[in-house]
Amino acid sequence: MPNTPTKGRLRPQTNTDTEFFWEGTRRHKLLVQSCSACHTIRHPPGPACPHCHSLEWESKELSGRGRLYSYTVVHHPLPPGFEEPVIVAVVELDEGIRMVSNVVDIEADSLKIDEPLQVTFVDQDEGWTAPLFGRM
Amino acid sequence: MPAAFKPQTAIVGIGATEFSKNSGRSELRLALEAVTAALADAAIDPLEVDGLVSFSMDPSDEVAVARNLGVQDLTYFVRTPGGGGGACGTVALASLGIATGMADVVVCYRAMNERSGHRFGQPGAAAAPPQRNPPSRDIDRSWNVPFGMVTAASMTAPVARRYMHQYGATSEDFGLVSVNARNFAATNPAAWFYEKPITLDDHQNSRMIADPLRLLDCCQESDGAVALVVTSLERAKDLPQPPVAILASAQGSGPNSFTVAQPYRENLARAVDVEVIAKQLWAQSGLKPQDMDLANCYDHFTPAVLMQLEGLGFCGLGEAAGFIRDEGIGLDGRLPVNTNGGQIGEAYIHGFNGIAEVVRQLRGTAVNQVPNARHAAVISGIHAVDSGLILGRD
Repeated sequence: MPNTPTKGRLRPQTNTDTEFFWEGTRRHKLLVQSCSACHTIRHPPGPACPHCHSLEWESKELSGRGRLYSYTVVHHPLPPGFEEPVIVAVVELDEGIRMVSNVVDIEADSLKIDEPLQVTFVDQDEGWTAPLFGRM
Repeated sequence: MPAAFKPQTAIVGIGATEFSKNSGRSELRLALEAVTAALADAAIDPLEVDGLVSFSMDPSDEVAVARNLGVQDLTYFVRTPGGGGGACGTVALASLGIATGMADVVVCYRAMNERSGHRFGQPGAAAAPPQRNPPSRDIDRSWNVPFGMVTAASMTAPVARRYMHQYGATSEDFGLVSVNARNFAATNPAAWFYEKPITLDDHQNSRMIADPLRLLDCCQESDGAVALVVTSLERAKDLPQPPVAILASAQGSGPNSFTVAQPYRENLARAVDVEVIAKQLWAQSGLKPQDMDLANCYDHFTPAVLMQLEGLGFCGLGEAAGFIRDEGIGLDGRLPVNTNGGQIGEAYIHGFNGIAEVVRQLRGTAVNQVPNARHAAVISGIHAVDSGLILGRD
């Protein structure tokens, strides 16, 4: 995947609420929190279920399929780690949660809102893995 | 929801430094210049100040401002979170302190060397090295910064794109907001873009920053300071300036709030935080959008102005582009908006300069004066922890 950096991105900061997500991407799995009490999934992760307030949760693997909810092409300033304009996308996963990510291997001019996307994992030299999205 | 209440407080003094790209002075000095100017404008002795309010991110501590001002007993100090969304919130907090008897004279201030110091338009703060025990805001940011959503422009751009997709708005619709701001700035000697209007072609030809946001969709980056003096309406009646009453003040943040990007909101094209504020403003003041003679919207990026006009109820969802074209936001329009040139044309002082402009309008001393202006709405921010005011004169 030549057009997406494998080093130099700003690294995610983690804590005990969120580490499981990044552990998952290292294993090329897209995980979200699922409430142990009411089974509602949520993302980004947090300590409590906003629906039933349970603090108990388990991780659940997503299909990795979704669609493009919105996006931008960042031209200036180029973000740390990027050497050319980057597509920053808001992806709505089939399971109903959203993630901010990059769309890779697609020309920006051909992007269409609501088009289907599929997760792809890009390992970073600094020892973490970025979950990105491409065409299915 | 509270019933309309009797106004108890007023803005009685405004002060500012010049607006520049490199002040050459400390931020604390800028704060002192604006605060002393505002107190002189109010004809209140600095020794009477007993309250100070700012943003949690303002670099000048209350005690430093109070010490340099010679304040004796400081009895009220409080800060509002977030960025520019807090500007009206500082006035709300000042008003609260006065109404509850915790203070008599409260000064709100915002002073920043934003252009020459720490530019918000650059990755800066987001690029901070990982910490052992990161605060929740750094965890929140970690869901977008690794992917290059780092600046305010890149956070707002997907909102603008979704807004265009849902409602059919165009880049030209955004451009009209910028042209309006620069028209007003062109006749405002305090504005950085004084005597420098632009055309819609200039907007369309400006370079892309974060598609669909072009350079001329973005506010400036500025150095400068603004201060506002708040006291009781009763006291205000004995002061030389015509009192500008605080008819309503509100803070607001809608459900599932996450940084200014708000990518997890059900409808990204809707200013739900502004709607939370609007409900309170209209209920407290007993007024309606059609009672407003002008408005000051938070124009960090042009699409935000459209979404605020909708959130405040000046028009329906998705109708702001038509409102701007057909009803008008210039001096001869239905609702003059950002008559100082806004943050696009005058300066980016985190929304504080917009509040000062509304005070001038209601005093009848603005350079781009709206004839007989009596009521005005001010909104700070659009997507995060935001705030708003309804100000009025008798």
